[in-house]
Amino acid sequence: MTGTRVARRTGTAPRIGESARRPDGVPKATGSFSFSSDLRHDRMLWGGTLRSPHPSARIRSVQIGEAVAVTGVHAVLLSDDVPGQKVFGLEHRDQPVLAGDVVRYEGEPIAIVAADHPEAVRTALRAIVVDYEVLTPVVDPMTVEETESIHPDGNLIRRIHLRHGSQDVVGDVQVEGTYEVAMQDQAFLGPESGMAVPADDGSIDLYVATQWLHSDRDQVADCMGLDPEKVRLTLAGVGGAFGAREDLSLHVHLCMLAQHTGRPVKMVYSREESFHGHVHRHPAQMWYRHHADRDGTLVRVEARLILDGGAYASSSSAVIANATCFAAGPYRVPSAEINGAAVRTNNPPCGAMRGFGAVQTCFAHEAQMDRLAKALGMDPVELRLHNALVPGDKLLTGQTITGTAPVAEVIRTCAEHPSAAAIATDPLELPGGTGRTADPGHVVRGEALALGFKNLMFSEGFDDSSEASCRLLDGVATITSACAEVGQGFVTVVQQIVREVLGVDEVVLLQASTADVGSAGSTSASRQTWMSGGAVQEACGQVRVQLLERLATQCGVDTDDLVLADGQIVSLSGGLEVDLAVATEEPVEASVVFRHAPTWPLDEHGQGSAHVAFAFSAHRAIVDVDTELGLVKVVELTTSQDVGRVLNPMQVVGQLEGGAAQGVGLAVMEEVLVTDGRIRNASFTDYLVPTALDMPPVEIAALIEQAEPGAPFGAKGIGEAPAISSTAAVAAAIRNATGLNLPRVPVRPVDIVFPEGAT
Amino acid sequence: MLNGRQHGGVSVTIATSLEDACAALAVEPCPLVLSGGTDLMVEVNRGSRRVGDIVVVNRVPELVGWRRKGDQLRLGAAVTFAEICGSELESLVPALAQAARTVGSPQIRNVATLGGNIATASPAGDSIPVLAALDAVLELRSAEATREVSLRDFITGVKQTCLLPGELIEAVRVPVLDGPQEFCKVGTRNAMVISVASLAILANRGSRRITVGLGSVSPAPLRASDAEDHISPHINWDGGAIPDEATIAHFARLVAGAANPIDDHRSSALYRTHAIRVLARRALSRVLGRLSAT
Ligand SMILES: Cc1cc2nc3c(=O)[nH]c(=O)nc-3n(C[C@H](O)[C@H](O)[C@H](O)COP(=O)(O)OP(=O)(O)OC[C@H]3O[C@@H](n4cnc5c(N)ncnc54)[C@H](O)[C@@H]3O)c2cc1C
Repeated sequence: MTGTRVARRTGTAPRIGESARRPDGVPKATGSFSFSSDLRHDRMLWGGTLRSPHPSARIRSVQIGEAVAVTGVHAVLLSDDVPGQKVFGLEHRDQPVLAGDVVRYEGEPIAIVAADHPEAVRTALRAIVVDYEVLTPVVDPMTVEETESIHPDGNLIRRIHLRHGSQDVVGDVQVEGTYEVAMQDQAFLGPESGMAVPADDGSIDLYVATQWLHSDRDQVADCMGLDPEKVRLTLAGVGGAFGAREDLSLHVHLCMLAQHTGRPVKMVYSREESFHGHVHRHPAQMWYRHHADRDGTLVRVEARLILDGGAYASSSSAVIANATCFAAGPYRVPSAEINGAAVRTNNPPCGAMRGFGAVQTCFAHEAQMDRLAKALGMDPVELRLHNALVPGDKLLTGQTITGTAPVAEVIRTCAEHPSAAAIATDPLELPGGTGRTADPGHVVRGEALALGFKNLMFSEGFDDSSEASCRLLDGVATITSACAEVGQGFVTVVQQIVREVLGVDEVVLLQASTADVGSAGSTSASRQTWMSGGAVQEACGQVRVQLLERLATQCGVDTDDLVLADGQIVSLSGGLEVDLAVATEEPVEASVVFRHAPTWPLDEHGQGSAHVAFAFSAHRAIVDVDTELGLVKVVELTTSQDVGRVLNPMQVVGQLEGGAAQGVGLAVMEEVLVTDGRIRNASFTDYLVPTALDMPPVEIAALIEQAEPGAPFGAKGIGEAPAISSTAAVAAAIRNATGLNLPRVPVRPVDIVFPEGAT
Repeated sequence: MLNGRQHGGVSVTIATSLEDACAALAVEPCPLVLSGGTDLMVEVNRGSRRVGDIVVVNRVPELVGWRRKGDQLRLGAAVTFAEICGSELESLVPALAQAARTVGSPQIRNVATLGGNIATASPAGDSIPVLAALDAVLELRSAEATREVSLRDFITGVKQTCLLPGELIEAVRVPVLDGPQEFCKVGTRNAMVISVASLAILANRGSRRITVGLGSVSPAPLRASDAEDHISPHINWDGGAIPDEATIAHFARLVAGAANPIDDHRSSALYRTHAIRVLARRALSRVLGRLSAT
């Protein structure tokens, strides 16, 4: 068992509110960090996956004879070899571990192979003969509900018909629009990889990069036909996640191969395979109509939302709930009808990605707000301020905001922040960058602000608790938690929390594993600082109380007389001064399961207190556009965010910059191109993410600190908000520069050059 | 020379002289030439190229570096793009240096070679339009023979060349021209992007010609000859007056007319043609501006 151990002199290690450097930062930058793809074992075999080249087909037969005969091959397994449940899934178990008689998306796994050497794996995969009856894929999300079902569970994954307030409201001013968001990829750098190691007693250890060990464990155990305690998952080094590691990928495949061969088996997806191996952000088609009074007061919002869930459900039902609940943005809207549906197609499966449904609707509702401002002749920032939610207001779901909601503060600080954007003269800094295409005379500048929000933690009555334990021995605190560190910074914040509560310097965080502790819940929904941070805070609090009580009894003093600070326990009345290391020669331990305030399901009208808390953010974008070539340079991005409380300033800046980069990507270049169900750009050659010349500096106008009730130290999750309003702001700034409608992201050169839709 | 190093049944020869390289290539089946590996290894990793025996050429002295002889430059095939865009070549062949700067990222430019770019023969290869406009000549060599082929004869189609088994590109010869040069490239990212459309315009006071090479809009290297013929006589080569807007616009239309682009996942034929027209106008104006200024 390894752990992260940081030792420093008493009192100097960073506490709450101070910048703490990640223990894995330098190793990652210098290449010594061990990622899941670096796993090794002496007797290890290599695994590989045969995938369907067709988005829709019936499998008539699969012949593996020649593959089995390849030298060095130890196993070739098919659907019939899945020992337990044949299907898995986050919310609905509807996705086959291996396709049996049909394939429903391009890249769906059909067979798995284990061999001595990767080359033998490749040879064996080529030797498998699959006889397909190729079918016409169902790919248009707008018509699938009228199309024959492509899955026994039907083509509709979930529909929410939200109705809020009186349905007869009509505004003096109405604006209408149709919007589209393309499919975005999480584009993590560490491809899916892991290793399964069989034990003599029939149990299996799986080392894998994931976001939620216990959810994976339960699904793997079911598919393996094993009791959950016979499957132990340990977190391997994660090379980015952003939602793409919430679903199982190679987990069951590895366990099947390991169990079958009795040998450790390792698998690493290639980059192209990775694009087929994880879910993407849902493409969205959205229609909106906003109603307002002449003074700009929103009176009603109508919307129809269609999310393309692809072939399997994944987390689509939760994503459409978010899209629907937050469809109108962080504004006071007394009347609404939102009809949201997530549907099934033969396109690549879609699921969780940073922002989770709120990114798509933010792009649409912010475009609507700008349109409304124009129709009213009102300043767009004023219109937003006028309608901004305040605590005590109701959401579209009828839920009253009981926590903090500094929406106006977020807007105002972002809008008022001075801009440092100069007019560029260096061609590298103009649209087109290194291509030297721009002449300053053809470049126009635009500016716009957008606002976004989303929920923190899981919603709709889900019990996403987190367990953690703390053991204090010889003055060293050891923390056990199954929280997956995927880059969000739990490794630093947990140490800060422990130091703050226990006054220790040395904190050991044990490697996350299902073997040692109960579930920490998912590293998603901006929830781990609150949930697992909260669990650690409470466990440490209990240890502190127990320790002081024990010492008080031993020394015959009153517990209230004792204080613990900076590695010492002293009595206020004087006389007693004990070193913490001495006081904990006998260990003190506590274990807690932490829960957030309960939530409730949505009723048939999409009403209910379904969410725990919310985070708000604003972005202001300044862009330069070469209107003749349709090329864009994002010049500056300014943001304000509602963070509750800053626990680690350095980490907050990192999250705000990284999230904004993903938002800029979706605004101007990131798109998984899918034609007839096939991905046409499954590589980083053609799936473009922003480079240093595409991503401007992020100016942080304000971090609004209003302590959120119920959250540890009042801190809200900060990971997702930066990815929500950034896309909308950049798109709006391009509209501002060009005067075009631009109803779709990413905005492509052709959208600017041929706005009528010609390509 | 290091040879016979076995890597899973594959022999890798790291040639340290031209003779060794040619000798190592003169066997059946013909080994793969490896230079910076930024195209070849991508294909190997993707599984679209099986690895056979390999001869590494980017340490061969005759292929490394460049020299000037009068009005001619001789660039070794293993010259890297980092060397091209960070050297005196910036003033000797400015358009080639501008093109080199657009290739990939610093890491790629540090190893990617000119010879590799040519031999890959991708329509999107960034050196190709410049070399076409320069009428570049390739020096090819095998164990038995040497020959010279113009770049435009060398690349015969998409990823197709007339390179024979056992042959390698030793060097590329281009002239040093008297006159301004421009290279522009459109991509959907501001750096490290595969070209959607590109164009090189070179002015040559000596021959009183403008030459134009196009990239990513045809299967093989392409010159806009009609546009060259049209514009060259309109230019006052002794300085002073420059052609009017209408003449420049006509030139741009002729350049765009020469393009023969396709629709693919990176862009559409319509946009590519449009972009070429815009680039032609802008690049020519820049060239003319500098011609008249000197
Ligand atoms: C991330 C990335 C970004 C890229 N960006 C660009 C870009 O912006 N623009 C661009 O044009 N290209 C780009 N490329 C492609 C590549 O870098 C260039 O084409 C490069 O010039 C190839 O040179 P190399 O030395 O790496 O060739 P290698 O990969 O070593 O070889 C490529 C081919 O040429 C052959 N070959 C190499 N040298 C010789 C020789 N002397 N004689 C005969 N045959 C030879 C090889 O056998 C092989 O077929 C990019 C590649 C990557 C991975």
